[in-house]
Amino acid sequence: MSEEIEKKENEAVEEKKEDVVEDQPKSSFREKITYQAILLGVFALAASTLLATSNESTKDAIAERMKEDLLASLEQVVPASSHTNDLLKDVITLPREDGSETTIYRGKKDGEVTALAYGVVGYGYAGAISVIMGVDKNGEILGVRVLSHAETPGLGDKVEKAKSNWVESFVGKSFANLAPDKWKVKKDGGVFDQFSGATITPRAVVTAVKKGMDFFKTNKDKLLEVKQ
Amino acid sequence: MSDSVSYKQITMDGLWDNNVIFAQMLALCPLLAVTGTATNGLGMGLATVAVLVASGLSVSLLRNFITPQVRIPSFVLIIACLVTIVDMAMNAWVHDLYKVLGLFIPLIVTNCAILGRAESFAFKQSPFAAAYDGLMMGIGFTFALTLLGAFREVLGSGTLFANASLLLGDTFSFMEIIIIPEYKGFLLLILPPGGFLMLGFLLAGKRIIDKKIASLREAKLSSAEEAVA
Repeated sequence: MSEEIEKKENEAVEEKKEDVVEDQPKSSFREKITYQAILLGVFALAASTLLATSNESTKDAIAERMKEDLLASLEQVVPASSHTNDLLKDVITLPREDGSETTIYRGKKDGEVTALAYGVVGYGYAGAISVIMGVDKNGEILGVRVLSHAETPGLGDKVEKAKSNWVESFVGKSFANLAPDKWKVKKDGGVFDQFSGATITPRAVVTAVKKGMDFFKTNKDKLLEVKQ
Repeated sequence: MSDSVSYKQITMDGLWDNNVIFAQMLALCPLLAVTGTATNGLGMGLATVAVLVASGLSVSLLRNFITPQVRIPSFVLIIACLVTIVDMAMNAWVHDLYKVLGLFIPLIVTNCAILGRAESFAFKQSPFAAAYDGLMMGIGFTFALTLLGAFREVLGSGTLFANASLLLGDTFSFMEIIIIPEYKGFLLLILPPGGFLMLGFLLAGKRIIDKKIASLREAKLSSAEEAVA
């Protein structure tokens, strides 16, 4: 044991000696602030070159993946049978009530608009809940999915399709078969289930979808308009 | 100088004696954030291994240019640059994994273990030793993350390695096990406080094992001494 310790100590001393020897010849320029400034400058330049190169080489692949993601989530709320065109190619933007722009993806069949998909945002227990919804030309809901949220795992996250079938309760509903003032969770006098222990999250999603339905009602003509 | 480094020592340090989580207690922020499931822990660990090896290697290669006065900004720059590259590369080429871990990849920058290894090891050692140290530290970190994730997942949601096929490909779907069927879940363990609690238990466990090992060694030593006497 003691031999080992001695050996280690010797090594440590040797290391120190080496350090001293290494430092001496360079001390003249290396110690100057100019060297350090230049060093950091060169590093920053090298780092930004490296980042720019890798950004350039991954840019297209990332854009492609993003497109696939978007298409995948659109297909969840708009069944493939409802349209024959490429959803990503037929895109319009319309202003919302609050003035912000909404991007709408339109599905067409036989020259007329058959399905619409657009995003809505609700505000839950822990910030924004991003929801995408699909609506057919009569204002009937084709599908609803929660794209991102920060709700409590195990309680609020039942709005995800992977966790429970709750979002399916929207399918087939429209203002024609459900009065606008019934678009609430049961606790607030509506028809949608809340979860035990979590009311705020489903309330936020229901409110967001209701907003989306209002949006459809106000903009129906523009949404279904086909320019020749 | 590199001759003086024992690779066996580096291995033991990284995996157990000086484990990033269990001994150095570094990197607790990413630890608590991602270990809700064993799969997330494993994925985060693997991404960290890549960054640790690359940062150890580059810091070691550049150690003769970097002066002690500006070493910290240089290290931070190198590590941030590497993490950003890993982030972009994963987004482009292993997109499914990125969707699971995407949020946590930039968190690797905040992993003080990487800066710590750059400062205390890579800055003084040969490139190969530094890369090897990064690998071992990374594996030790991955082990800790996966272990903690596994405990939290089994007790918290009753499954083990859920979504492992997303991370490793369909061939690994056999890893996805439901340990407790029809389990209602134990929410506390999935949330960050559960991470703290579980980490406490694991640390206590490690100390018990270390004590056992030490007393075994002592017993061996004393019996050897007796034999000599």
